[in-house]
Amino acid sequence: MQTKENDLVMIALFAALVAVLGLLPAIPMPWGIPVTAQSLGVMLAGAVLGAKRGGLSMLLFIGLVALGLPLLAGGRGGLGVFVSPTAGFVVGFPVAAFVTGVVMQNLRIDAMVASGIASLIGGIVVLYVMGIGGFWMLTDKGLMASITIMATYIPGDLVKVVLTAIVVGALVKARPQSLLSRQ
Amino acid sequence: MLALTSDIHTPLHNWRAGVKLGLLSIAIVTLYLLKSPVLLAGAAGLTALLYRSFGAKFAAQGLRMLKPLRFFLGFILLWQVILGDAATGFAIVLRLATAVSLANLVTLSTRLDDLIDLVIWLASPARFIGLSPKPLALSIALVVRFVPVLLERANHMADAFRARSTKRPTFYIILPLIVSVLEDADHVALALRARGGLDGAFNP
Repeated sequence: MQTKENDLVMIALFAALVAVLGLLPAIPMPWGIPVTAQSLGVMLAGAVLGAKRGGLSMLLFIGLVALGLPLLAGGRGGLGVFVSPTAGFVVGFPVAAFVTGVVMQNLRIDAMVASGIASLIGGIVVLYVMGIGGFWMLTDKGLMASITIMATYIPGDLVKVVLTAIVVGALVKARPQSLLSRQ
Repeated sequence: MLALTSDIHTPLHNWRAGVKLGLLSIAIVTLYLLKSPVLLAGAAGLTALLYRSFGAKFAAQGLRMLKPLRFFLGFILLWQVILGDAATGFAIVLRLATAVSLANLVTLSTRLDDLIDLVIWLASPARFIGLSPKPLALSIALVVRFVPVLLERANHMADAFRARSTKRPTFYIILPLIVSVLEDADHVALALRARGGLDGAFNP
């Protein structure tokens, strides 16, 4: 049975999971933000928890980053993150998780396939639109510049979409009761 | 779990978190209204002086927090110079570096507890529409507690993987990690309910 306490713990758990995924071995990039599994956590939060809980979970995560916990990839954190050129991505985490959840809940096909499509839309399309939009706003229309930098992260993110589908596919078999987006 | 608060004590540490956040918001709005690179350079200089006035060690700490930005800022500047608008390039880089430094200054000089108290206080008007700040306080505490637990679990999974394989444990451990912590989550929720749950005696 899904209780309020279960919801709260799951929301906190996925916020913590995103933090921990940011600490797994990463591929360093010359401009300081490494390719990490962090956005995998965002996709998973939406695909597993569903729209509302997934969004809240990521809101909690970026709230803690704002409070000064170094939870973002590369040990970044604090209020400075929200005025730096990549702020759009961080602010986009809750939106991305929410959209992933919405797609996951409404796409009544095989959970594995659905989670792949959902995380592609939420975790890549929405997240990049927010990220590039933020860069555009904060740097006075440096649009092409931002797209050039950000394109280098897309191959890694496609791998994460596949991973999300694999994890969700395995969860359906191992712990279907935990796939709250399909309850 | 370490917050980014600086151990080097500055007079700013004694200020109230709300005051610092208010001043920061005003400063950042002002920075975005300034368009002239000369004025922005002045603002950057003042910020640097402010950091320096709290000691060389503190200034070095502030500089370290800016490090991840250096390639981004360099790239933006280069891009604008190629486009033939160096003045805009300098303005953008100075504005971003100053805004991030000022925001970091609040982070460096404010204890996590004070910020959490501020968030709870800001959330307290929600009481009138029937929302309690309790779940918020509890979920913050839960995340702060979960992170080291998950890290330890991830390390165990990595060790177990290394014991059986010559490959490096990368994404292979993510699935078992998630399944095992979902199990934990159920236990934590049950324990919360057993102690009165969200409606119970828990008081932040």
